Parts: sequence; structure tokens; C-alpha cells
Amino acid sequence: MTEKTMVKGNEAMAEAAIRAGCRLYFGYPITPQSEFTEYMAKRLPEVGGSFLQSESEVSAVNMIYGAACTGRRVLTSTSGPGFSLMQEGMSYIAGAELPSVFVNVVRGGPGLGDIQPAQSDYFQATKGGGHGDYHAVVLGPGTIQEAVELISDAFDIADRYRTPVIVLADGMLGQMMEPVIFGKYRDPDSLPDHSEWSLTGAGKREPHKVTSFNIDPYELEKMNMRYQAKYKEIIKNETRYETIRTEDADYLLVGFGTMGRILGSVIRQAREQGIKVGLFRPITLWPFPYDQLKKSAKGKKYVLDVEMSTGQMVEDVRLAVGDSLPVHFYGRTGGVVPNPEEVLQALRKHTEEAE
Amino acid sequence: MSVLTTFKPPKALSGKEFTYCPGCQHGTVHRLIAEVIDELQIQGRTIMVAPVGCSVFAYEFFDVDGTVAAHGRAPAVATGMKRALKDSVVFTYQGDGDLAAIGTAEIVHAANRGEKITTIFINNAIYGMTGGQMAPTTLLGMKTSTCPYGRTVENDGYPVHVCELLKETGGIAYLERTTVNTPQDIRKTRKALRKAFTAQLKGLGFSLVEVLSTCPTNWGMNPIEATEWLEENLKREFKVGLFVDKVGDDQ
Ligand SMILES: Cc1ncc(C[n+]2csc(CCOP(=O)(O)OP(=O)(O)O)c2C)c(N)n1
Ligand code: SF4
Ligand SMILES: [Mg+2]
Repeated sequence: MTEKTMVKGNEAMAEAAIRAGCRLYFGYPITPQSEFTEYMAKRLPEVGGSFLQSESEVSAVNMIYGAACTGRRVLTSTSGPGFSLMQEGMSYIAGAELPSVFVNVVRGGPGLGDIQPAQSDYFQATKGGGHGDYHAVVLGPGTIQEAVELISDAFDIADRYRTPVIVLADGMLGQMMEPVIFGKYRDPDSLPDHSEWSLTGAGKREPHKVTSFNIDPYELEKMNMRYQAKYKEIIKNETRYETIRTEDADYLLVGFGTMGRILGSVIRQAREQGIKVGLFRPITLWPFPYDQLKKSAKGKKYVLDVEMSTGQMVEDVRLAVGDSLPVHFYGRTGGVVPNPEEVLQALRKHTEEAE
Repeated sequence: MSVLTTFKPPKALSGKEFTYCPGCQHGTVHRLIAEVIDELQIQGRTIMVAPVGCSVFAYEFFDVDGTVAAHGRAPAVATGMKRALKDSVVFTYQGDGDLAAIGTAEIVHAANRGEKITTIFINNAIYGMTGGQMAPTTLLGMKTSTCPYGRTVENDGYPVHVCELLKETGGIAYLERTTVNTPQDIRKTRKALRKAFTAQLKGLGFSLVEVLSTCPTNWGMNPIEATEWLEENLKREFKVGLFVDKVGDDQ
């Protein structure tokens, strides 16, 4: 199907999961992602899948663990407070190397916060919200179209590396409507084969054991080294980003997700006002495109990182850019989305300082 | 002269040496579960979920596909498995801390949904693995390292009766509390386990067998004293018996 359909972000991402061959969903309602859960409740029975509303996000993530043990594609969606409850399970899933996809439609925090769009779960997603030396791959879509494509990629990455993948969306992406072109339906029987390790009942083969557990520190260290080797591969093969008009730019904007999209329109307006600015938009938040950003920033007069938070990704931006040029930050938080005019003001201010 | 084989370990046990203390009844229950798996010929399609507790290695002791869940989460993990693979036989093995404290929500909701899984619940009234702290099933007056003056109602409330709590949930197909102190008890427990797995095989709903079990090490007793203490104290608080049976006699 190549025609465009108008869909709400949450429903678009849910449909994308079904088209990617996901037939298992476990989740718990929470605003601003509930349409995702509801869509799965309606659609999964139609395609022979299984939907379950769990008693909590703690249970949901463990149901994901169990379902992923069987090698089947499985996904859950939630928002900040629910994702916090899932961190125990994320750690176990990373340790047991279980392919699985998590969508966090981020809202304002901390605590109960509010239900407006935010990016303040960046640390939790990218630095590992659970215990232990692990990473989940984190994808930050900027548009609904991109979210649809990244959901499909998320499953492929999860399968390829036996890893949890987080799609870090936000309330704006979840709630707005946009025309979208969906991908083809993938036959669940044609998906990557996990029969080498999955738990399906041993039949006539040797039993499989899948755990994050080893009581021997030397063995556990080896397991960790295996994870680290995998993370290296992921960094090498999966790092993604987008640049817009960076070559001739004097200044560089950095932002991801919804903020990255807004910065896209800021560039046009800024250039009309004579401020030659470009955009670097990380698409994988883990792995973060450090080297690529460093290259894009080279020769610029400053970097302005803009987020829907008080400044989380900016730490990675500073790591990438180092001391070679000033890194400024502008952000709004608590569910407030910076508008292009505010960003333009910040640009003008820093440009005057730089001149 | 032909050799008469009197002892043969069940096929569903892997043969790995148990990690349990002398006189601990975890091992007895493992053996009974394995015998039932053999009898029902379900080894090849069984998946087990071990808990966090002294039986954390149980997934190694059984010769079936297996994992170990986070503390208390085994019923949720088993739910995910069973929903993904409807023809599999999935069982969890859990202690009292795991099932009746940190995992209370998971067990109640798995039972209430009538999840087609089986749970074997080892109630030894104590946290064995972490060295003898108070469990939700610790008796009133009983001393543990975290209720050194004895458990009191004022501070800790009452021992949790899992079978009595669960029996009213609609999804239960089989529910029994047993012991493994005497050969008769062992026979009864084996029969209960067989029925519990049969409930799952027949798709009748959730099944659970609670086994009152000794922890000589953390009760500070020798194995004989421990079985006596279980008879006199644990059985008084937790009444042995059948709570729900939707399986019937025609197994
Ligand atoms: C989240 C979490 N909290 C605490 C622990 C520590 N812990 C390990 S086993 C255990 C208690 C186990 O007791 P029980 O379930 O009764 O099993 P038993 O050892 O008595 O068979 C505790 C508290 C843990 N592993 N994970
Ligand atoms: S500590 Fe208690 S429950 Fe654990 S193995 Fe020893 S006797 Fe058994
Ligand atoms: Mg115990």
C-alpha cells in the first residue's frame, strides 16, 4: 500500500508494529499513549494475534520477557511513569538478550508530572534506567512517517542483535495526525529464526536456558563482555542521524524527535533573517552519533542544542563537540514545547555574542 | 540373574546436583514435579520459570527449556510465554517471599485471568536464600532475623494464606495445599501436582499447589526437628487440603 492515510501517531505506530509482524502486545493504559494500547486491542485479534492488558507495567515488561523468550516479535507502549516501572524488566531483558520493542510516548515529569509532550526521559532511555552495564538501542523519530519506519527497523535491530529497542517518541508525536505511507505486511512466519536459543519446549533437542544470571563473577564478566562486543557492533552499524544545510552554516542547531522537526522550520526562518544555521538531528539516541556530530560542528561558531527538557542530550552534544566551540542550550520543560520564535531569539542572542 | 532396578531418577531432571541444604524439601518437590512431567509425557513441550530464592537454579535442575524471572515476576513471565505458545506447558516454581510478598500482584492476576499455567508454591515461612528474614507467611511469634523479637500483629500483620486468598478468584482450576513430610504426604502431593498439570493440559485455567516445606537451616533445627516443627506449627496455621478442583477424577 503506497497511498497516504491520515492517522494519529499512536495508531500509526501500532499499525506499523502489526505490519512488522508483531502479534503479541502486553501493556497498561497511560496518557498520552492509550490509543496505542486501544488500537492493539482492536487490531491484534483481527490478525490472529494476542493482546493482554496487564495489571501493571511491572507485569507488562515481564510478560514481554516471557513472550520474547519464545522468539516471537513482541512490543509494549507506555509513557514515563509506566516506563519507570518497566526498568527492572528492561535490565533483565538486556541481560537475557531478548529481542523486544518498547515505545515511550514521553510526557512531562518527574513524578506524575503532566500529560503534555516532553523529552525529559532521554537520560532514562539512553543511559539505562535499570541496573547493570547495559544499553538498549534508542530511536528518536521526528515525524509520524519516520516513527512508522523506525518501528519496523526497531524490530529488525532487536532481532539482529538480540536486544531491547526503545522508540523514544513524545506526546506531540503520539497525539497529532499526519498523512502516512505504511510499509508492507510482513508474514510472521517469514521473520528471523530464533530457534537456536528460544524457549519453545525442547522436543527432541537439548533444552535451552535463557537467563541474565550467572553466580560466577568470571562467567558474568564474560557475559558482560559479550554484551559490550555487541554494543560495539551496534555503534558501528546502526548509528543514524540527519543533517540539514550544515555545509555552509555558521552555526549548528542540534535537536531530536519533535524538537528536531521544529528546528527544521527554524532554519528556514533564521536564514531569511540572515542567520546561516544548519541542523544536526540524531536519529539513534543510543548509539549517539558522536563522531558525526563532531564533524558537522567543525568550523562552526557555536552549537545550540534545543530540547523539551532542562538539558539532557546536551551532555552528549558536549561530549561530541568537546572544547572546540561553545555549546549553548535552550529548553522548555514540564510539557512546554519551545516555539520557533523562542529558538530564533536564542539564536540571535548567541549570534550577537559570537560576532 | 537379572538386575532389579529399584531407583531411577525421573527423565525430566537434568541430573545436576541440587544446591539445597540437607533436609530441605525443595529437592523432594523437584523430584515429584519431574515424575509427573514424565508420567504425563510433556517434557518436550514444557517450559519452566524459576524464581529468585533458594530455587533460583531450578531451571538448571529440570531437563526442560527454562528461564529465571525477576523476583516475584514468574507468573507474568509465564503468561507471556503461554500467550505466545499456546501448546506449550508452562510452570512457575516460587517461594513465599517471591509469590506472596513482592509478587502478590502477579500471582493474583495470573490466577484471576485463569492463565493456563501451573504454579508450584513452596511455603517455608521464611526467606531462605537471603539468610532467614521474615516472610509474608512467617508465623506470629516466630523469630527471624528481621523480626528478632518474634512476628507481631502490630508491626507485621498476619501470615498470608495464599490458597484461601486465591480460591475465590474465578480463573482457578485447581488449588491444593499439601506437605511432603511422610510417604503418604508425598503420594498426595504427587497426585495434586498431576492434577494441577492436567488442569493446564485440559485448558481449564490456572492451577497451583502450595507445599508446606522445611528450611532446617534458617529455622535453626536439624532435619528431623524441622519436620516435627512443620507438623506442629506450620500445619496449624496453614490447613492442608483441597480448595478448588475443576479437573475431576477422570484424568
Ligand atoms: C527485587 C529484589 N529484591 C530482593 C532480592 C533479594 N532476595 C533474593 S531471594 C529473596 C527471598 C526469597 O525467599 P523465598 O521466596 O521465600 O524463597 P526461599 O529462598 O525461601 O525458597 C530475596 C528477598 C532480589 N533478588 N530482588
Ligand atoms: S536455606 Fe532453607 S530453603 Fe534454602 S536450601 Fe537451605 S534449607 Fe532449603
Ligand atoms: Mg521461603
